[in-house]
Amino acid sequence: MVVEQRGPQSAPPGRSPQRRRLLGLALLVAGLAAVAVLSLVIGARSLTPAEVWQGLFGDPGTDQQLTEITLIVHTLRVPRTVLAIVAGLALGMAGAVIQGHTRNPIADTGLLGVNSGASFAVVLSIALFGLRSPVQYLWFALLGAAAAGVVVFGLSSLGRGAGNPLTLVLAGQGVTIFLAAMTTAVALGNTQSLDVLRFWNAGSVQGVGYDVIGTASAFIAVGIVLALVNLPALNLLNLGDDVARGLGVNVLAGRTVGVVAVTLLAGAATAACGPIAFLGLMVAHVARWITGPDYRWMVPYAGLLGSVVLLLGDVVGRLVVRPAELQAGIVIAVIGAPFFAALVWLGKFRQA
Amino acid sequence: MHPGVRVGGWSWVWRPWVVLVTLVLAVATFLVFCVSIAVGDFTIELPAVFRTLIGQGERVDEFVIMDLRMPRALVGLVVGLALGISGALTQSIARNALASPDVLGITFGASATAVFVVTASGGAAVSSAIGLPAAALTGGLLTALLVYFLAWRRGIDGFRLILIGVSVSAAMQAVTTWLLALADIRDVARAQAWLVGSLDSRSWNEVWTTLWVTAALVLVVVVVSFQLRPMHFGDDVAAGLGVRYGAVRAVLLLCAVLLAGVAVSAAGPVPFVALVAPQIAMRLVRSPVPPLLASGVFGALLLIGSDLIARVVLPNDLPVGIVTAIIGGPFLVYLLVRANVKRAA
Repeated sequence: MVVEQRGPQSAPPGRSPQRRRLLGLALLVAGLAAVAVLSLVIGARSLTPAEVWQGLFGDPGTDQQLTEITLIVHTLRVPRTVLAIVAGLALGMAGAVIQGHTRNPIADTGLLGVNSGASFAVVLSIALFGLRSPVQYLWFALLGAAAAGVVVFGLSSLGRGAGNPLTLVLAGQGVTIFLAAMTTAVALGNTQSLDVLRFWNAGSVQGVGYDVIGTASAFIAVGIVLALVNLPALNLLNLGDDVARGLGVNVLAGRTVGVVAVTLLAGAATAACGPIAFLGLMVAHVARWITGPDYRWMVPYAGLLGSVVLLLGDVVGRLVVRPAELQAGIVIAVIGAPFFAALVWLGKFRQA
Repeated sequence: MHPGVRVGGWSWVWRPWVVLVTLVLAVATFLVFCVSIAVGDFTIELPAVFRTLIGQGERVDEFVIMDLRMPRALVGLVVGLALGISGALTQSIARNALASPDVLGITFGASATAVFVVTASGGAAVSSAIGLPAAALTGGLLTALLVYFLAWRRGIDGFRLILIGVSVSAAMQAVTTWLLALADIRDVARAQAWLVGSLDSRSWNEVWTTLWVTAALVLVVVVVSFQLRPMHFGDDVAAGLGVRYGAVRAVLLLCAVLLAGVAVSAAGPVPFVALVAPQIAMRLVRSPVPPLLASGVFGALLLIGSDLIARVVLPNDLPVGIVTAIIGGPFLVYLLVRANVKRAA
């Protein structure tokens, strides 16, 4: 008898895959909670869990030390933890959904110019309109991300059939180089935008206010709903457009909802934290390895994994160059590049 | 049919059209070169430029042209040539029209080291003509070596090379971003100017180094490239035709990397010249594969033409890289659309 190998959780007999997957999701949520605690505790000033608890829910009264702890927890640790969870969820889900829609295992918002579209829009908005607060340029980042995404995905999926992975990557590389040059052209003449740009470009979850997190989360929430609604159709679309149509899927609607969802998720996350490459790609592959190709399970897994990885990246970034910090986006890129190279080595990407 | 030409052990096909186009391109390049050294804050008439070039100009013209403008134009010429040939080699080896030396990791590796040097030493290294180019070259070559090493798995294939190159480039980009975020804002502005590729204030020293290294590499490429054509048919056919494709590919790849490295160290990572020049040259000479020499000549034309545009048309002395990006971006889109339409057909 031949047993199909799907991954590490492949079927011991008698237990339903459904239950295992639910259990896995529960484990991931527990893991996320654990990392979130780490994220609250670790930093330039280490706090004990008890102190964090005090800071979160206690009344500082007039005690100066307690007031300080409350301040750290509320203005520094909580926002960055929340943002890492939300943005990680968004980027992870976006990565899995976009890989499904392009039927291309290399699809990743960072590699494909979406991020550089957002940076260009941010710099342009600062230089042209003198915008100062992140809440204002968040909208432009969203617009820029959407435009660049449409160009790369649209052009590389013109004609029939799924895009060639190589063409997609090279197109993304080209668009990135083009936009980077344009961004520099604007930034060179405008020191203020250059200064904002260099920090925003590093991809950090730190120092973002509640106002930005709130706005971005609203977009991301809509994106998550759209992505989840889209999943059954995505499963069928993966059989090929013709088969999907035969099974009663509205192909155009399915694709449109998917692309809108990805743009909202990736655009809002990028707008809030800056460009974070490789995250969506990495977690999508890990999620596929755990759950198999069913997008209804794979996408939620990828989302939760995204949160865990981004949060971990942020915590690691706080530890490695103490007391300074390494931005989460840089940690992720430095981990992500070897991961990607390993996938290439294992032959996970095939030439179309 | 084109007649064959045989000289000793070497033989090639006589294609009048290719020779004609390459010559026309060379003449055009020379003209743009002359205009480029004629135009500036103090514009010199073209006849005076020619007189100066053959050593019979006036003292003032000679100073302005030979000491101020010539090094810049010559560096542009050589860098363009190097980038064009490097691009043609990369595209031939990867067998993909969208490949350029950038994906071999050179550009981003060089950028990371250059930014490191600029930000770590403040202005000191920038003023020395040796420090920054040497650092950029070293960084670029080491990164390319890393890419090659990582992509090696019982030989090199274009597909794996590009993907690994892109991922290593992304990591290098992250390092660059990090360095920029740490640095002083004045150093950042200086580093950014380098990052987009510029021909500002070159000296004769830089001309000579760039020129000799490029000339030596081009010579190697021309000799080895006799083996290149059969490789467009794929490894098996090439092996059947008696080409040691592994060795040829390694040598040509090395030359492509070195050419791009020299170009990057001389002018910074000027974007798109290596991508665009071979593709346009290929269409002009009606060749099915990127022609080496014509690509180089067109690269030179593109670069000094863009530099001329940057100086004359654009405001506040923007670097040449902006112009090549403006030209290259739409062309990339065109290539993409075409590649897809062809696949769909």
